[in-house]
Amino acid sequence: MRRLSRRQFLSIGGLVVVGASASQVMSALARDEKAPVATATIRYAMVIDPAKCAQDPTCRDCIDACHKIHNVPLFAPNAQGEETDKAHEIKWIWKATFEEAFDEQEGDNYATGGMKEQPMMLLCNHCDNPPCVRVCPTQATWKRASDGIVMMDFHRCIGCRFCMSGCPYGSRSFNFRDPRPFVQEINTSFPTRTKGVVEKCNFCEERLAQGQPPACVEACRQKALVFGNLEDPNSEAHKILAERLALRRKEHLGTRPQAYYITS
Amino acid sequence: MIDHLLHGGPRYWAWLAFLCVVIAIGFGCYYYQLDYGLGVTGMSRDVSWGFYIAQFTFLVGVAASGVMVVLPYYLHHYKMFGKITIMGEFLAVAAVTMCVLFVVVDLGQPSRVLNVLLYPTLNSVMFYDIIVLSGYLLINIVVGWTMLTAESNELPPPAWVKPLIYISIPWAISIHTVTAFLYSGLPGRDYWLTAIMAPRFLASAFASGPALLILIALILRRVTSFDPGLPALRKIGTIVTYAMIVNIFFVLMEFFTGFYSQAPGHMASLQYLFFGLDGYGRLVPFMWLAAVLGIGAVIALLFQRVKQDERLFALALGAIFVATWIDKGLGLIVGGFTPNPLGDITEYAPTLPELGVTLGVYGIGFLVLTVLYKITVGVREAQLSPETAQQAATAEQASPEQLVAEAAH
Ligand code: SF4
Repeated sequence: MRRLSRRQFLSIGGLVVVGASASQVMSALARDEKAPVATATIRYAMVIDPAKCAQDPTCRDCIDACHKIHNVPLFAPNAQGEETDKAHEIKWIWKATFEEAFDEQEGDNYATGGMKEQPMMLLCNHCDNPPCVRVCPTQATWKRASDGIVMMDFHRCIGCRFCMSGCPYGSRSFNFRDPRPFVQEINTSFPTRTKGVVEKCNFCEERLAQGQPPACVEACRQKALVFGNLEDPNSEAHKILAERLALRRKEHLGTRPQAYYITS
Repeated sequence: MIDHLLHGGPRYWAWLAFLCVVIAIGFGCYYYQLDYGLGVTGMSRDVSWGFYIAQFTFLVGVAASGVMVVLPYYLHHYKMFGKITIMGEFLAVAAVTMCVLFVVVDLGQPSRVLNVLLYPTLNSVMFYDIIVLSGYLLINIVVGWTMLTAESNELPPPAWVKPLIYISIPWAISIHTVTAFLYSGLPGRDYWLTAIMAPRFLASAFASGPALLILIALILRRVTSFDPGLPALRKIGTIVTYAMIVNIFFVLMEFFTGFYSQAPGHMASLQYLFFGLDGYGRLVPFMWLAAVLGIGAVIALLFQRVKQDERLFALALGAIFVATWIDKGLGLIVGGFTPNPLGDITEYAPTLPELGVTLGVYGIGFLVLTVLYKITVGVREAQLSPETAQQAATAEQASPEQLVAEAAH
C-alpha cells in the first residue's frame, strides 16, 4: 500500500517534484540509525547456526529446496547438482567459507575448530537499510514496510544491475540468458524469469502469505535455520538472539543485515 | 546549412562508408546480444558491469570537457578559443549520444527503459544522471546549432543563448559529478567509495576530452581548410597538461591512503590492478602502460619544444588520451568489482560481440561528430576566401561567438 501511494505521488508531481522534495530525499538519506520504523510490527530475520550446519558437510537440502520451488536454473550442473558456470550462476542461498562470509573478520589465525571451520549459508540479508533499494532507478526492488522483506519485481526490472553493484554481499544474480530451458522441473505456482532481469532470495514471501515457513527452513534437518519475527519477543529467533552472540556480515556498512550467524 | 553534408571529396565519402560498415557490424552484434542475453559479453555475476559502462563513464568525461574551451572563452574573454568553442560543444553532443547508447546496450531489458521515467525514483543517482545528461545534450545541441546558424547568416547570435551558455558551464561539471556519485555512494565497493572520486573524474576528464579535441582539430587542419590556430591548440594543450598532473596526483593519493593505512579493502583493488592479486593480474600490463604513457606525456608536454613540434605534440596528447582511457575505460569498473564482496576473484575480459557493439556505438558517435563538424567546416569555408582563411589561423576575425563574448563583458 505504501508503495502504491508513493508511486502515485511521484508520477503526479513528475519532474517538478525533484526540487520540491529535495529535503525529503535528504531526510531519507540521513535517516537515523536507530529510529524505529513506526508502523512495523513485524521484522523478519533469519538466524543461522553454522555449528549445526557443520554436522553434515555435504548436505545441500536447503539449497535444493529453495532453488527447486523458485525455478532457479542450472546451466551446467556437475554430478552433485552444483553449477559449474560460475560466471552466469543464479543462486538464492549458497554455502561459503567463513573467510568469504566474513572477509574482514579474519579473527585470530591461531584458532582451530569453531566458527572458522564451519560452513556459512549465505542469502540476501534483507537489510533494514538496503543499498540495493536505494540505488534502483525504477523501484523494482523495495523494502516491504509491513515486514521488512526486500522484494523484487521481475517485470519492472530493466536489468541495469545497479543493485548488484550496490549490494555489498554478492546476494544478487542476473539472468545472463534465458533461464527457462535450464530449470529442471518448472514450479508453475512461482514465476519463471526472463533473460535480462536480476533476482535474489525473497524470504519465501509467497509461502509466508500462506502461513508456511521458508522452504530452506523447512528442508533443514539439522534445524540450523530459524526464521522469525524479531519484533515478537516470544519468537524463537528473538529468543536465540537474546541469549547468544551473533555476527552479521559487514555491519560497519550500516546496512543492518537481518541474517544472524550465531557463534559457537 | 545541411546541404554542406552533400559536398565532400572522396575521402569524406570513404570515411562515411567506413563508419556505416562499423555501425552495421555493431548492429549485428547487438542483435545477437538481444537475442541471447548479456551472456554473450564477458560480464559475470561478479563483474556485473564491464566495457559498456566503462565507456559510458569515460565518455561522460569527454562530454564534460567541452567546458574547458567554453569557460575561458566566455568567462575570461579568451578570444583565441573563438574558433573552437563550437567544436567543443559538438564533441559534447557526440559524446553524450554515445553515453546514452552505452547505457541502453548495457540494459538486460532495454524495452523497459521508460520505467525510469514512469517510476521516477528520487533516491537513485541514476535518475539524476539521466536528467543532467539529457539536459546537457539538449543545451549543447541548441547552443552549438544556434551559434552556427548565426555564423552562417553572418549575424550576431540571439541574446537568449548567452544565459544558456553560462548555464552549460556548471552543468558540465554536474554531469561528471553525478556520474561519479553512481560509484562513490556504494557502501561495499572500496575502490569506488572515496570522496575524491568526483574530483578525480573531473581531472581525468579535463585531460582526456581536450586532448581528443586537439587531436581532432589537428586532423581537421590537414584535411580541410578549417584551422582553429596552432597557438589556441597549444593553449588547450597546457590545460590538458595541468589536468593530467592533477589526475596523477589524485591517483597517487589513493595509493597512499590504501597502502599506508593498510586497510585491506582500500588496497585490494589497487593491488589487483597494478600488481596482481592471488595470482590474477590480467590488467596489470595495461595499468602500467597507462602509468608510463600518462607520466611520460606530462613530462614531455612541459617542454616547449614538444608543443612546438606538431607531431610530438600529437603523440603526447595521444598518450594522455590512451592513459586516461585505460584508467577509466578499463581499470575503474573492473577494479571496483575485483575482488568481489566475498574476497574471491573472477577475471573479466570483453568478448568479440561485446567489442563489436562497443565499436558500433563509437561508430554512431563519430558519425554524429562527422556530420556536425562537416556542417561547421562547410559554413566556415563558405565564408572565407582562401586569403582570409589564412588570417583566420591567427584568430583575428571577429566571429559571432566573439561578439557574444564581448557583449558579455
Ligand atoms: S543483502 Fe544485498 S540484496 Fe539483500 S537487501 Fe542487503 S543489499 Fe539488498
